[in-house]
Parts: sequence; C-alpha cells; structure tokens
Amino acid sequence: MKIHEYQGKQLLTRYGVTVPRGRLVYTAAEAVQAARAIGGKRWVVKAQIHAGGRGKGGGVKVVDTLEAVEDAAHRMLGHALGTAQTGAGGQLVRRLWVEEAVGIAHEHYLAVVTDRASQTLTLIGSGRGGMEIEEVAAREPSAIVRVRVDPLDGLSDADALRLAEGMGIEPARHTAARDLFRTLLACYLETDATLLEINPLVETTDGRLVALDAKFDFDANALFRQEDISALRDLDEEDPLEVAARQHDLAYIHLDGNIGCLVNGAGLAMATMDTIQLFGGKPANFLDVGGGATAGKVTEAFRIMLANPKVAAILVNIFGGIMRCDTIAEGVIAACRAVDLRLPLIVRMKGTNEDLGKRMLAESGIAIIPADSLAEAAERAVAAVAGRGTAA
Amino acid sequence: MSIFIDRRTRVITQGVTGKTGAFHTRLCREYANGREAFVAGVHPQRGGQDFEGMPIYASVTEARAATSADVSVVYVPPAGAAAAIWEAVEAGIGLVVAITEGIPVRDMLMLRARMRRREAEGHPPTLLLGPNCPGLITPDEIKIGIMPGHIHRKGRIGVVSRSGTLTYEAVAQLSELGLGQSTAVGIGGDPLNGLKHIDVMRAFQDDPDTDAVIMIGEIGGPDEAECARWCREHFSKPVVGFIAGVTAPPGKRMGHAGALISGGADTAEAKLAVMEECGFAITRNPSEMGRVLEKLLR
Repeated sequence: MKIHEYQGKQLLTRYGVTVPRGRLVYTAAEAVQAARAIGGKRWVVKAQIHAGGRGKGGGVKVVDTLEAVEDAAHRMLGHALGTAQTGAGGQLVRRLWVEEAVGIAHEHYLAVVTDRASQTLTLIGSGRGGMEIEEVAAREPSAIVRVRVDPLDGLSDADALRLAEGMGIEPARHTAARDLFRTLLACYLETDATLLEINPLVETTDGRLVALDAKFDFDANALFRQEDISALRDLDEEDPLEVAARQHDLAYIHLDGNIGCLVNGAGLAMATMDTIQLFGGKPANFLDVGGGATAGKVTEAFRIMLANPKVAAILVNIFGGIMRCDTIAEGVIAACRAVDLRLPLIVRMKGTNEDLGKRMLAESGIAIIPADSLAEAAERAVAAVAGRGTAA
Repeated sequence: MSIFIDRRTRVITQGVTGKTGAFHTRLCREYANGREAFVAGVHPQRGGQDFEGMPIYASVTEARAATSADVSVVYVPPAGAAAAIWEAVEAGIGLVVAITEGIPVRDMLMLRARMRRREAEGHPPTLLLGPNCPGLITPDEIKIGIMPGHIHRKGRIGVVSRSGTLTYEAVAQLSELGLGQSTAVGIGGDPLNGLKHIDVMRAFQDDPDTDAVIMIGEIGGPDEAECARWCREHFSKPVVGFIAGVTAPPGKRMGHAGALISGGADTAEAKLAVMEECGFAITRNPSEMGRVLEKLLR
C-alpha cells in the first residue's frame, strides 16, 4: 500500500527525522496562506499523487513569490498530472503540499528495502541524489553503496560509516547520518514497510540532513496490525476495479487488452494471460479467484471484469484441485444469469469432477465455448474476439 | 526413491483444528500411506484431545517426543504462522512445510534471521518449504499439503514450482502422457521463503530415481536465474523451464506477494533467456510443458 509524500513526511517527523516545514492544501488560496504562514522567500509546491516522477511531469515547482505559489497551485489542482508511472491519462491532482525551500549543499539518495536474495534488510545509498536510482545504477553502478543489515544485530558503526562515506556525506555529519540510518531502519520495521525511499536526502547549507521527499510502500499482509498506516490509504489513487476486487477478496489487476480472464491461482492466471498473448490476443486483466471460490465470488468476478468496457470475451480457466469443477460450473452459470452475459464465454475446466462440471455447463443452455487445454482456450478466445471485429 | 519425503516420513500438523487444516489433514490421511504418516496434531489449548483418532499435543516439542515425527506442516493463520514455524524449528523438526498464505514480510524476515543464527550456533538445520505454498507430494507414498492427490502418478519426473495451480497443470500433463512423478514440490509465491528452486534442484540431482525435471518460475526476484546458472555447472538431467508473467506489467503485484517486476533482471523474458542459455528446454506455452519433456526423454 502506497501513501502520499506528505503523509510519509509526517510519519518521518514522528521518528524525529528533519523534513522541511510544510502544509497540506486543497485550493490555490490555501496554498498562498500556507506559504505566508511558513514564511521565508522561497517555497516548493508539490502535487500529491502516488505515482513517482512528479518533477519531470511538472508536479513540483520551486517559486519565489506568493503570486507564483498561487499560479503553480492553479496549474496543478484539478488537473491530471502525467508521469512515467501514471499511465497515459495521468492522475488527477486533488491536494498539494507547500513547503519551505531549503538551501541545498548536496543531494543524496537513501533507501531501505528487504533484500530477497540475502533475506536481510538492505540500506541503499548514493551521492547522486535527485535522479532516478535505476538511471544511476545503469550509468554509474559504483556510485551506489549497499549495506546489508541483519535485523537481529542492527546496523553496526562500521557499516554506518561505510555507507555515509560511500554517499559522500561530510565527515562532520557522519554521526548524524548514522543516527538517521538507524532511525529509518526502526521506522521501516515498526511500520511494516516494504520500501522507504528518500530522494533526495539533502545536506543543507546550514549543515543539517533533511529529507526532501519520502516514499513509502507497506506490506498489505501486515495492515491488520497497522491501524495508523491503514488509515492513510487514499482510495482516489487506486484503480476502482482493483479496490472493488479487494473487497471481495479477489486479486485483480487492470490491463490494456480485451479478453477478460478468470483463473484460480496466481501462477496459472499469469500463464493464462501469457498464452492469450502467445496466440495473438491481449488480456484485459489479471484475476485470481483464489482457492475458495463460491458462486457469489465468481459472480462478483464477472461483474468486475465486465465493468471494463474494453472486454469483448471472457476466458475462464480453472484447475479444480481442492475446488471442484462442479462448484465452479455452478458459479459460472449463476454469474452468466446474474449479469446477463452477452459476450463470448470460453471455459476450460480441469481436475476434480471435471465431467460433472462440463455436463452442467452444457445443460445450462448458456452459450459456452468449451476448451480442453489452456492453449485451446486461449486460441478460441482470440478467435472469438477477432470474429467480433474488436481484436486488440 | 524421492526427495525430502517418502513412505517412512512421519508428520505433525500445526493448526489441525482450523477449517483449512482439518479439511486438508483429512485428505492427506486418506492419501496412500497417510494414516500411518500423519501421527499428531498440535494446538496450544487442546493438548490431550484428538482429531479423528489422531492425538493432539499442546506443543510441537511434546508431539515430537511422543511420535518422533521429523516433518511438520503449518496451517496456522497468518498472524501466528511465523511463531508456529519457529516453534517447530526450536523443537528440532527437520522439515517444516508452511502452507499459510499472507504472512507479513517482517515476520518472515525475523524468522529467517533467527533460523540463520540458530544454525550458526551449531544446531542441526531445519528446512523450510513455503510459506504460501501447496506443499509437496511423493505419489503413491505420501502427500503433505493441499494439492489434489488424484492427478499424480508414481514415476521418475521431478516438478518444482512457485505456483500451486501451475504445478497441478504440469503434473496433469505428465500423468496424461504416462509420465509419473518422483516428487512434486511447491516452493511458494512469497518474496521471502525457505527452500528455493536451487535447493530442490540439488535434491533432484542427487535422487537416482528422478530422470528429468519441469521447473516453473514466475516474474520477480533473482532465484530462477541463479538456479539455472547453478544447473549449467552441476545438473546433469534434462530440464524443461517455464516462467509465468511475460504479459505482467512492471510495478504490479500479480496475486503472489513475490510476483512483482522491480528491475530489468526479474522479468519473465530475462529469466527465460538465462534458462535457455543454461541449457534448459524452455517453452512459452504452458500447455506444452509435458510434451516438451517427453521429447527430451526420447
């Protein structure tokens, strides 16, 4: 689960990390008031959307006058901001963060992640702040320092020093940097974060370490014990179909194609999408109904898939292991009736009670295109869509 | 032979009284040697009771002392699952099979750190399979986990996969072609897990009764590529490789917590390329996994 930059900064403040003084605003007038209250002569107006790459997209403006604050706010609020991460339509800007501009002596990059290979915490630092870290990694890999931290031992003084030196932090601030590293590790663990990224972390002209940005991602599986973090969720930033799916305990991801897929199991769901592409089609979504699908859940899954206007055919692919094919057949029949399905429906069922399930579908009177293998199902789905003249 | 488990394996079930645990324990006991294999359940408050004739103990240590079981399977709900696995580790269990889906990453991070430290202190290692996995099965001998037993046939092909239903897909294709399985292992879809592809491939290499392997991976993480590179030097048997997620967009978790493209190296195409380079027979069509393997054996 992602949160906004300002929420991340407020969270960091609670841990004693220094961030620029700032305020959250919803209108241009509020932005001016905020700048006046903050004081000083330079401010930064920052669009609050979850996607990264805001600077390049025009979502971050450094301004010198109150008029310019107002102007920047006008340009951002109520408009879609497109970045490399938002998709073509961009994301509507509903709120801004206005903060003091601090005097920057040096920009660094700092992140905490969980490293899958070593199964430890990893601090990633670089003296090349303010750029995309992937870019730095590609162009100048030696500029990136990684320090593994065993969560039982914590960060050693020696490793902290190595990181601070590798990032090119002034020696006078090495102790402050070590304390900051440890604070961020504690924050990461205590909040069940899966990413904590500060880019840039700056050394200011007056000798402080200040977090100019704060990007968090949290473990969805741990939200049950993170009430404060869960409360920061902003549903406006999420795909409405993905939100609806989550409420029904379905894993759904919206994609660009026109063949809706309903599958049990994440691996098989991806393999189904891949097979559709292999036969020249394009999947409209990823949808895993999970192991315990009921008729009701299958109906909800159909509703969610059909809410996407691009969907021109539906492919159901179920490997009935513990879940029986007759249960799925019942769900598919109920769903077709409930949503009055008029699109081609391709069903491939395999496993427990396969014959019974197939018979139920055949006897239901619903027009279903059966398939024996995943490849056959994909091929028929692609053909059905092409036949309707709406091939992607 | 087989890998990790066979007809002599004795198993403790943690979380046997929950809905999922009870349902699957029943099916496991009905499969092949299951009645003799599944010897005890564990529930902290229900020690002294029984589950359909199988004794329940209050702790893994007690259950192990009473039965000398060396494997435990965990169905405990996510919030307490890591603690349950740790209990099995401290009780000296040799293999823990964690079925539970949705364990917080931090719990797994701390658990794996404790397991490393315990091993460094000289305790015998505990193997962990999963979490978020279907378990493993040696057909006609023993099934530990949630896979449908009836699709399997006894034979000489190994299967290893991060995904449950995709494992079943491969197994069913093999069985239909008359190719039985030595052992089928699901290592799970979480970002932090126990046994990885490479550990299972090591075991298949050492198993004289495994002739060839289907290895199935997913987008996300470095494990499949690392395993393929190891196989190039050390694995002497034919391997068919498939990676799910060619069509998955970057930055989105595809159902499994671990199925997330975060850099260039963990895409399906990148992994397929490494596998091919390392001598695997790769396929981009998951319906063909069985047939590609059959061709290799000819």
